[in-house]
Amino acid sequence: MYADWPLLSLAIWTPILGGILVLFAGDREPSGARKIALVVSIVTFLLTLPLYTQFNTETHLMQFVERQPWIAAFNIEYYLGIDGISMPLILLTSFTTVIVIISAWEVIQYRASQYMAAFLIMEGFMIGTFAALDAVLFYIFFEAMLIPMFLVIGVWGGANRIYATLKFFLYTFIGSVLMLVALIYMYTLSGSFAIFDFHHLRLSLTEQVLIFLAFLVAFAVKVPMWPVHTWLPDAHVEAPTGGSVILAAIMLKIGGYGFLRFSLPITPDASAELDWLIITMSLTAVVYIGFVALVQRDMKKLIAYSSIAHMGFVTLGFFIVFRIVNSGYGEQGAALALEGGMVQMVSHGFISGALFLCVGVMYDRMHSRQIADYGGVANTMPVFAAFMVFFAMSNAGLPGTSGFVGEFMVILASFKASFWIAFLAALTLILGAAYTLWMVKRVIYGEVANDNVAALTDINKREFLFLAILALAVLALGLWPDPLVEVMHPTIDNLLNHIANPKI
Amino acid sequence: MTAEFVQPDLIPALPEMVMLAMTCLVLLVDLFLPQEKRGFTLLLSVATLALVIAAVIAVAPVDAVSSFGGTFVLDQLAVVLKIATCAVTILVFVYSRDYLVDNDIYKGEYYVLGLFATLGMMVMISAHSFLLVYLGLELLSLSLYAMIAFKRNSLSASESAMKYFVLGAMASGLLLYGISIFYGITGSLDLNQVAATISSEFAQHPVALGFALTFIVVGLSFKLGAVPFHMWLPDIYQGSPTSVTLFIGTAPKIAGFAMAIRLLVDGLGDLQVDWSQMLLALAIASMAIGNVIAIAQTNFKRMLAYSTISHVGFILLGILSATANGYASAMFYTITYAITASVAFGVLLVLNRKGFEAENISDLSGLNDSNPWYAALLAIAMFSMAGVPPTVGFYAKLSVLQAVVQIDMIWLAVVAVLFSVIGLFYYLRVIKVMYFDQPLPEQTTTIKEALDVKLLLSANSLSLILLGMFPSTLMAYCILSFS
Repeated sequence: MYADWPLLSLAIWTPILGGILVLFAGDREPSGARKIALVVSIVTFLLTLPLYTQFNTETHLMQFVERQPWIAAFNIEYYLGIDGISMPLILLTSFTTVIVIISAWEVIQYRASQYMAAFLIMEGFMIGTFAALDAVLFYIFFEAMLIPMFLVIGVWGGANRIYATLKFFLYTFIGSVLMLVALIYMYTLSGSFAIFDFHHLRLSLTEQVLIFLAFLVAFAVKVPMWPVHTWLPDAHVEAPTGGSVILAAIMLKIGGYGFLRFSLPITPDASAELDWLIITMSLTAVVYIGFVALVQRDMKKLIAYSSIAHMGFVTLGFFIVFRIVNSGYGEQGAALALEGGMVQMVSHGFISGALFLCVGVMYDRMHSRQIADYGGVANTMPVFAAFMVFFAMSNAGLPGTSGFVGEFMVILASFKASFWIAFLAALTLILGAAYTLWMVKRVIYGEVANDNVAALTDINKREFLFLAILALAVLALGLWPDPLVEVMHPTIDNLLNHIANPKI
Repeated sequence: MTAEFVQPDLIPALPEMVMLAMTCLVLLVDLFLPQEKRGFTLLLSVATLALVIAAVIAVAPVDAVSSFGGTFVLDQLAVVLKIATCAVTILVFVYSRDYLVDNDIYKGEYYVLGLFATLGMMVMISAHSFLLVYLGLELLSLSLYAMIAFKRNSLSASESAMKYFVLGAMASGLLLYGISIFYGITGSLDLNQVAATISSEFAQHPVALGFALTFIVVGLSFKLGAVPFHMWLPDIYQGSPTSVTLFIGTAPKIAGFAMAIRLLVDGLGDLQVDWSQMLLALAIASMAIGNVIAIAQTNFKRMLAYSTISHVGFILLGILSATANGYASAMFYTITYAITASVAFGVLLVLNRKGFEAENISDLSGLNDSNPWYAALLAIAMFSMAGVPPTVGFYAKLSVLQAVVQIDMIWLAVVAVLFSVIGLFYYLRVIKVMYFDQPLPEQTTTIKEALDVKLLLSANSLSLILLGMFPSTLMAYCILSFS
């Protein structure tokens, strides 16, 4: 029955129109706006479910394709479609938005309708980014999502929110404008903005390197990779809980997705030529940022740095493929690295989102994110402590949780490329455990630190609900990652075939 | 040589004649209206503009037609630009009403002058002779001088008018000087004949022609406000009554674009290599100076003046690429910029009240708390000026960049986008002030605005998103103008 529905368009426009509706519902009756927002987000989630259930895992071709001419003058099309790498991210987006709406239910009192509307509109833009197969359409969604996030951090953020949000916007914007020039350049060569036409362009190495660098700036800022990561801790610390969750769970993934959709297939030779650069940046993120995370005093900052380190795994997995192939392990080994990176992206979406929500739960009660203000929370919030410890464990990569799967796959693949790369990457198992568990020790365990902690009340039903859903997701993906790996398999294989052929 | 009088074909000039007749009518009718019935003058003026738009559509030819001995053309370009000019002027008239009332300058002359200025712009748009370009320009400028000085008891307005008059006269002088050299060399004022003879003349008089071209380009840059001939712009924007700033900042840009196309492309197309070089320097300087200095501004009108300068740089990028595509994208950029600027100044006008002149960026503090709807309208305009999708500003920038990349000047496209990142900062600051800052005590009262202004302003601002999502139609007209 779904076959004829324009599911992708529905998934994009339902939340955007719903968000506008919420905006008009206004704040006179905030509970009404909240209910509309929840309904819209759930409907959107349900609309994205058939993308998974009806997904054909046999083919690498785009599915659910919608293609209309849009701006004839420049051959820009309204061209949507999904494959194995975009479909899981779309589901992650619609899932996370529901969680964010629930989590903001009572917490956001100031202009609640605008807050809810911003997240719904952002959801539409993010799904659009993952589904767009026309470069301009992609770029429009890619940029447009900055606007609601800019407002979310700036209006509902912490004390230093204005600095953080301006930095966030300017960093990401400066990265993406160079990409725009690269896209226009490729348009003048191919006569179309369809991403697949770009994939088949013949480009000289110089052209490829320049285009690669333009994409790198755009996506590296978004991921974020060391050394352009500095906006992330600021943005995370100042953002309201929902903003942090969306930022960590989805927005960072758009950078990783961009590497797979643009950099690797469009500039495979430049990627092979410059893979040392990405690998160095990724390993620096994993090792150095891991140490930086260790010394943080602010919980949100710590999780932000941990995000950077974990995203380092993603980029490592994506760009180590050339070395794996060169070492004679063939595409089997390379596929492991790419799939590991993808699994890591989805898993990090769940885990980092959950951790930010945990911090949010505590922050709502104590109005502090400083580790030093806490201690012995387990005594007063036992149920919450169980969740927090569970998510911390999965962040550290405990087997059986989703955090383990992706990291393990990437490390395993790295061994095929080089022992030392794998060794450095594996350091994260120690560092990740160190910074996360040390934080948990100081916050959750020990004696009750002060009167404020003593006065804490355990999580209510609403908080239990969203933490439990996330815990189930983390556990499910950790114990049985096959459904996820399966859907991306043909796409990854096709991508590897594609980049194995030089384009020069 | 016997000059035989030939009855010119009057039909192509019908809109201009309607405009002239109606303007005289407005002037007369207004004389007999008591102050409390002044609204009728406004109504009549808006009706005039609507009538002119209808006349333009009615006489729109399939192919270009010329009349008055080739000095006047009506082509697709003229049709589109005239409609845009009149439409923007309607917005200006409606938005300014309450401001004029509050400042006790709600007089019929304001509209008459505005209509004459619009007539001047229409003449500029259709002019195909050096002389007619100049006449249109002077009609526009003289009306504007008077409009700025309209708020008689305001010192800053008088100063602005004086400054504009002196500098504008100088620019006109430069332009005339360039025109006179061209006339001396080619023996004609008609742009077609100039175009026909210029390449053969160029071999004989390279220096004189280069000299003349320089003066023309300088005169044009003065009128457009391109760096380094931009000095008048910030002062005039800031000093003029906001309603006049709204007018100066919107419709005349369209006429200025038309003038650039008529002179440089239609008339001096064979000197393209030379003027492209000049425009290149002007464009880069405009984007650099405009964007960087705008950051330091605290006055909203002044900031928008510098922002205009940077947008002029972008428009010049499209013209200098010297392809049909480039001209079309510059045209698209100009029209959409005029629409965007109307929103920005329009919201500023709405915020004005008796005894409170909103003109600083800080006057917008906490606008989202007191008037969320107007804050949203202005935010859309700011994002559009910054070129953030899905607003039309993005699409305008995309098409100009595309034209630049097409002529293999990728470095120029990179320079342009980097400067627009700098530009983004000060637009974001306006949004920051509206959304993140606390409202000032005197700002907390809600605006009591007229319904027609609110509706028109909302439609105006939402059209930025609509045009951003569906730019095809307007773009098609722009491309058609240069095919």
